[in-house]
Amino acid sequence: MFKHNAIFLALLVPVTASATDDIDLRNLREQVQQLEQRVQRTESNAAVANRPAAAGANAFNPAISLVLQGTYGKFDQDPAIPSTGFAMSPNNNGYSRSFSLNESELGLSANIDPQFSGVATISLAPEGSSSVENAYVQTTSLGNGLNLKMGRFFSGLGYLNDVHAHAWDFVDQPLVYRTFWDKQLGEDGLQLKWLAPADIFIELGAELGRGRGYPGTDRQDNNGAGAEALFAHLGDDIGASSSWRAGVSMHQTKRVNAVSNNVPDLHATAGGVSNSFSGDSKTTGLDFIWKYAPNGNTTVTSFKLQGEYFQRTENGLLTYDTAGAAITDSYSVSQSGWYAQGVYQFMPHWRAGLRYDQLNSGNAEVGTTNAANVISNYTYTPTRYTLMFDYSPSEFSRLRLQLAQDKSRAGLSDNQLFVQYIMSLGAHGAHQF
Amino acid sequence: MHTLLKTLLIFSLAAVALPAKAALNIFACEPEWAALAQELAGDKASIYAATNALQDPHRVEARPSLIAKARRAQLVVCTGAELEMGWLPVILRESANPDIATGKPGYFEATHYVQMLEVPSRLDRADGDVHAAGNPHIQLDARNYLPIAQALSARMSELDPANAAFYAKRLQDFETSWQAAIKRWEAQAAPLRGIPVLVQHRAYPYLEAWLGFKQIGELEPKPGMEPSAAYLGKLLAQLQATPARMVIRSAYQDAKPSEWIAERAHIPTVELPFSVGGTETAKNLYGLFDDTITRLLQGLK
Repeated sequence: MFKHNAIFLALLVPVTASATDDIDLRNLREQVQQLEQRVQRTESNAAVANRPAAAGANAFNPAISLVLQGTYGKFDQDPAIPSTGFAMSPNNNGYSRSFSLNESELGLSANIDPQFSGVATISLAPEGSSSVENAYVQTTSLGNGLNLKMGRFFSGLGYLNDVHAHAWDFVDQPLVYRTFWDKQLGEDGLQLKWLAPADIFIELGAELGRGRGYPGTDRQDNNGAGAEALFAHLGDDIGASSSWRAGVSMHQTKRVNAVSNNVPDLHATAGGVSNSFSGDSKTTGLDFIWKYAPNGNTTVTSFKLQGEYFQRTENGLLTYDTAGAAITDSYSVSQSGWYAQGVYQFMPHWRAGLRYDQLNSGNAEVGTTNAANVISNYTYTPTRYTLMFDYSPSEFSRLRLQLAQDKSRAGLSDNQLFVQYIMSLGAHGAHQF
Repeated sequence: MHTLLKTLLIFSLAAVALPAKAALNIFACEPEWAALAQELAGDKASIYAATNALQDPHRVEARPSLIAKARRAQLVVCTGAELEMGWLPVILRESANPDIATGKPGYFEATHYVQMLEVPSRLDRADGDVHAAGNPHIQLDARNYLPIAQALSARMSELDPANAAFYAKRLQDFETSWQAAIKRWEAQAAPLRGIPVLVQHRAYPYLEAWLGFKQIGELEPKPGMEPSAAYLGKLLAQLQATPARMVIRSAYQDAKPSEWIAERAHIPTVELPFSVGGTETAKNLYGLFDDTITRLLQGLK
């Protein structure tokens, strides 16, 4: 019908052509063009509508990611020797001599339903064991800036604590994380975060857990919470080029029969003695990170500066030499540690970083009956300088060289060298700031 | 410590108590969508652009400021097709704002409304930074803005029905002037038809499809990978047989690789704004294409 009209029109037009019809013709041409555009639009809309949705039973499988890491390490001192003054703290440095496989990390994540999403990270140790690093569910629809996490998660305190190993800027954690949080504080429990509806970033968080991770002692005889944490983060941009985040955190737990082995004592018992501590542990921390890139463009160069400080006070009863004398008396100490690091991307895909670490083992107040047994002041300041270069051919792969001068142990200066690869396969989640 | 937390809390509550603005609160992932939203909503919206044209949209940090801005957004306007996958999921999760969750009316992906190009037939990271849904740089074909504007305007009306008539009128005005502009640009760009060009990153298939120049090579050996000297050398040898007239890059990209090859192949480099704000003259969407075409034509001289 329309076609016939068009043909009729086409036949008619040349016959009746005259000067005034030029305008009609122009109008017609415009109409045809507009029609063409409408057809084009409809066609492209149809093409979009016809795009098939992902189908099949696998369509709802969670996102899977696998991180592979390996290192070569060369150093002079036994890595099992703890930092001087911190023999009662963990010394899990996470590296070993020669070639070794670091932790491999298998991650699964997906939305569960309109209300919840879930994340699980299984850590595969090189010796063959596997452990649950993270396994939590998170609300997605509470709104009002509220986020609730339940399960096993890395605590939100500090800056580095909830950063996964594959995203670290150095092979290992700062000394203060190694000794104060056993690398990273993992907790079983609840985390509630609230983001203020403000123009700048203001986030408050609270955690309640069983006290699974050090300094908690994973109490099994208690129905209440074994550890609590509070934190607040502030952040904003400065122009287009810089952004920052600063935070304060607080953590407290009650330690029960926390045993430390090989603790040096005044009697210089060979290999040290085993001590046990019960009491309150309170930690406060400050963290800061500043990132800079010209115009916010990290293509060529960028720089980040970060630092954290933690201070811990422990107050309670110490039992000296649990296997022998077993003398119990009061013990209280305040220890602290901090690090500062800068990482500079000097050309696309290449970065260099420098980190300085320092610990302060404090001056312990030891009850009189133990004054002749327990060392109250080690009069040594553990320090370490670390230099790092890395090359990332893509966002999924990274090769790293790290050199460190470790003076964390009195009289045992150690020059360390590491070569590392970090590769991620499969889904690659977005990184936090 | 507790006092600090208290102060923060009071400060935050004060922020809550501030009277809410009547305007539609829009969070645009890229400046081109902020500009389009501005065309369509005028003063009825308060628009925040999360990135600028001098930033590589593939590598944006999930900055705290973005989380804070997304917290109060009623509409998030993004490219989609995984362009923002390195940072947007963190923003959406941490902002704890269910109105802008994926699939909600407050979440808008422009790539849903246009015909995607370079949809890979196989997905393998060995092929570099490829996107399953196709090449995400849809903002360089001016024709794409028509269906996107329609959909975005409809979305604004859905979220802010009180101003629906206003949005419909703005859309109509935009369509009329945009269609006229497209005609003008197409006429201006006619000399570019069939012109062989080199590109630094695979960012211009939509511009190519629209203006009809011919991409004969890429400086990146694989999308997202830095050009190596060896690869550029090979490309240079290829240029002997099939010469290119110019080498194109976006404002946010490192100038070195294109300058290296341009100097040796004796062709001009052309820096394109890529988005609104990428160059001095690309101040709005019209400026973006005026400047893009002017610069390409200058490359012909």
